[in-house]
Amino acid sequence: MSALLVLALTVPLIGLVPLLLLGPRAGERAALLFLVLGSGVSIAVGVVVVRTGHALEYFIAGLAPPLGIGLRADGFSAAMMGMCAVVLPLTAFYAMRAPGAPAARMPGAFFMLLLALSSALNLAFTAQDLFTLYVALELLTFAAVPLVCLDGKPGQLSAALTYLLFALFGSVLYLLGAVLIYGLFGTLDLAHISAALAKAPPGWSFGAALALMSAGLMAKAALFPLHLWLPAAHSGAPPAASTVLSAVVIKAPLFLLVRLWADLAPEPMAQAAAPLLAACGAGAILFCGVVTLAQERLKLLIAYSTAAQIGYLCLMFPLVAGTVPYWSALAWTGGTLHLASHAFSKAAMFMAAGLLAEVIGHDRLSGLRGAARVAPLSIAAFGIGGLSLMGLPPAGGFVAKVMLLTAALHQGAWWIALVVLAGGLLAGAYVLRVVVLALQRPDGDLPPQRECGWRAGIALALACGAVALGFLPLAPLGFLSIGRPIAWEGLAP
Amino acid sequence: MSLLFDGLLCLLLAGGALAAVASPAPRAAVLAFMGYGLLLGLAWARLKAPDVALTEIAIGSGISGIVLLRAAAGARPADAATAGPGATGRALAAAVSVAVALALAAMVLALPEPAPSQAADAAAALPATGLGNPVTGVLLAFRALDTLLEKIVLLLALVGVWALARDPKWRGRPAPLFEGAAPAPSAFLARILVPIGVLVGIYLLWTGADAPGGAFQSGATLAAMGLLALMGGIAPLPDAGSRRLRAVLLAGPFGLLAVGFLGWASAGAFLAFPPGIEKLVIKTVEVAITASIALTLILVVLGPPAGEERP
Amino acid sequence: MTDALLYGLAGAALAGAGTYGLLTAAGALGRILGFNILGGGVFLIFGAVARRGAGAGLAADPVPQALVITGIVVAFCATALAVALLLRLDAARAAPDQDDGEKRGEAP
Repeated sequence: MSALLVLALTVPLIGLVPLLLLGPRAGERAALLFLVLGSGVSIAVGVVVVRTGHALEYFIAGLAPPLGIGLRADGFSAAMMGMCAVVLPLTAFYAMRAPGAPAARMPGAFFMLLLALSSALNLAFTAQDLFTLYVALELLTFAAVPLVCLDGKPGQLSAALTYLLFALFGSVLYLLGAVLIYGLFGTLDLAHISAALAKAPPGWSFGAALALMSAGLMAKAALFPLHLWLPAAHSGAPPAASTVLSAVVIKAPLFLLVRLWADLAPEPMAQAAAPLLAACGAGAILFCGVVTLAQERLKLLIAYSTAAQIGYLCLMFPLVAGTVPYWSALAWTGGTLHLASHAFSKAAMFMAAGLLAEVIGHDRLSGLRGAARVAPLSIAAFGIGGLSLMGLPPAGGFVAKVMLLTAALHQGAWWIALVVLAGGLLAGAYVLRVVVLALQRPDGDLPPQRECGWRAGIALALACGAVALGFLPLAPLGFLSIGRPIAWEGLAP
Repeated sequence: MSLLFDGLLCLLLAGGALAAVASPAPRAAVLAFMGYGLLLGLAWARLKAPDVALTEIAIGSGISGIVLLRAAAGARPADAATAGPGATGRALAAAVSVAVALALAAMVLALPEPAPSQAADAAAALPATGLGNPVTGVLLAFRALDTLLEKIVLLLALVGVWALARDPKWRGRPAPLFEGAAPAPSAFLARILVPIGVLVGIYLLWTGADAPGGAFQSGATLAAMGLLALMGGIAPLPDAGSRRLRAVLLAGPFGLLAVGFLGWASAGAFLAFPPGIEKLVIKTVEVAITASIALTLILVVLGPPAGEERP
Repeated sequence: MTDALLYGLAGAALAGAGTYGLLTAAGALGRILGFNILGGGVFLIFGAVARRGAGAGLAADPVPQALVITGIVVAFCATALAVALLLRLDAARAAPDQDDGEKRGEAP
């Protein structure tokens, strides 16, 4: 069964072969097939993890770490893999044959990058070796940067270059941290590092190494104050590319940030770092939230909202590092749920923005008046996805935020609770601004064409997926604790 | 005596690096960087890491240098004229940089004694692979997953470069490396150097199993020779649309992937090598990897195909 | 292992020089150079770690050496992609009209 982990990495990669060797149409079909197959494998990983209640583990070449490389999927990894398995193929379907969409302009490139993303994300969620994770992050960067500039417009090219330089700077910092850790412990395997840490308390240099790696991951995730590259890159890209960039690509470095501070770092170190990470998160939510309000273009608004929303994950660090297991489990569940519901709602919103731009011809907010009459499904997808961002019931974002809020209040972290509430209000303001504009009476004549119905359906389905997550119970999700030291089943506050 | 040499080399390295970052003229900065790369290769040799030294000189200095020279030649004058930060900004940047260097130096000094290492593990596991060079063993046997993925990274870099083509179908040949016809000396140089370089490349591949060398170093050397031949005008620019060319690009990464699945079937684990014929399998896949690396490096340096209408 | 220490410190110095380049570069090319030098410093520190880990008849720990080789290739890919972007950006800025014309011609 653990062989599934290898397949999750390799199946999407095999799709590159037909894309390079066959003609565009046959290559595209084959690529889609391998993308869907890879997603099937990812979901199978989740099913096996749930049914067995244990993490899946695989040693490459049958060689145990530290010399070999281990792959491992626990509940948290499986949840992230499942999230990508839903978003990536749906984006591919959305992109196929869309006028002006990357799949139409660059059939080969878009699907190759999508397949590589799928493999890189699965690797980032399962690899247990700090250097293999570095390669995964690089693979992710090399797949994501060209997505930004598929149309080749000057603005996109310069956004892609800035993104690449930020990402490379992040990689170097991450690698520096990994190098120092090898110097300290002679291994890059997470389990072996943990074992060494358990034997002797680490010195300041381990903390410095973790800090370097975190700074690198923050640059790659566009976490405040290193978010400057994100709005231009995510808003300039073609809609299908923006969708994957905002919904899933930045989730991999965030996931690794959680791995480092919630799983690897010893407790005192994690408790010392948690307020700093949370402060960055709060800065993201408040600062980027306010900047989002000031945007005049729809795609920039959605992109800034991404920079704001990733802050919520960082709010969970002080709560997870708390002493009562129940609240820490609840905060963890809330953070993960937020990642997933944000992925679905943000994908829906970027897809909707793309469809609106096809109908109206631009994405200026001032021109959206009356858009609901020509693109009702797109506006619905945007609004329902937005519900989750605002944290209104019954959306997934609501449950996630209530979990974070409850955990914060029970642990006396009132400032985190305030930030969660303020962030919800800001999101409400910018989402409603768009929806209200779209529902108003049009200024002049509306364009004759209508939105592409089935592609709007994909956006709507993703938005409903974000809502569906809201029906999860308001309690720690036992699934996420699979493979972790403490099981969450039966925990009580 | 040798400490004196090492100390001098380190000073020169730092000087080269500073010259590369402080030089206002792009071309001079890149040339300083290439010189620094050669010194860095020497440093790796002094650190008893000949495999890294070869890679650094061939890729880190040589081929990167060509790419950067191209960028320096293409840099718009306006770009060079826009000044960076002012004097205060520079002083602040210098202070930050010194702080970074000092912090890292402190971390280097704080590394534990005795140093933890996987040398013993690697040496113990090496005989089972049939290889004599432990670095090749790590690359192709113990950590073959990293190597496989890094091949994909290389392929993806090429896809990224090609995605910048104006022709979305990726047809045709790239633009010439440097504008204008090849000057006579470079054609002459190419005719003499290329055959020797190709031999060196093949030698590096052949001995890489047991002595310093291997797929990376060999591929980089072959790529450098290919570029030299292109610059000298003794070879035609490759056609990005050619199916044969694309098959060579895929041979390395997907050959390794295929071997990985073969090992799964015969030795019970993905990327394990079939027992008894490990060395044969490794050598075969190394040839494919070398060819792919060399071709991918050349194409990445050449840049996006310029479309079909080019003569 | 004085040589390991010496080159480790040199790696720290290179990282500092690279940081300076990244912070003060006027254009993207300078930043790319700075990134390469910063990366070279990191690799050299890893080389020092490898040299310190000599043992079992090996002059240096082979694992960091192999990782550095992989890292050098990845850094090269990054450099090449960044330069390709830079050149394409310059070309697009130099002739924006021609570029737009092409786009219009391609639209289905």
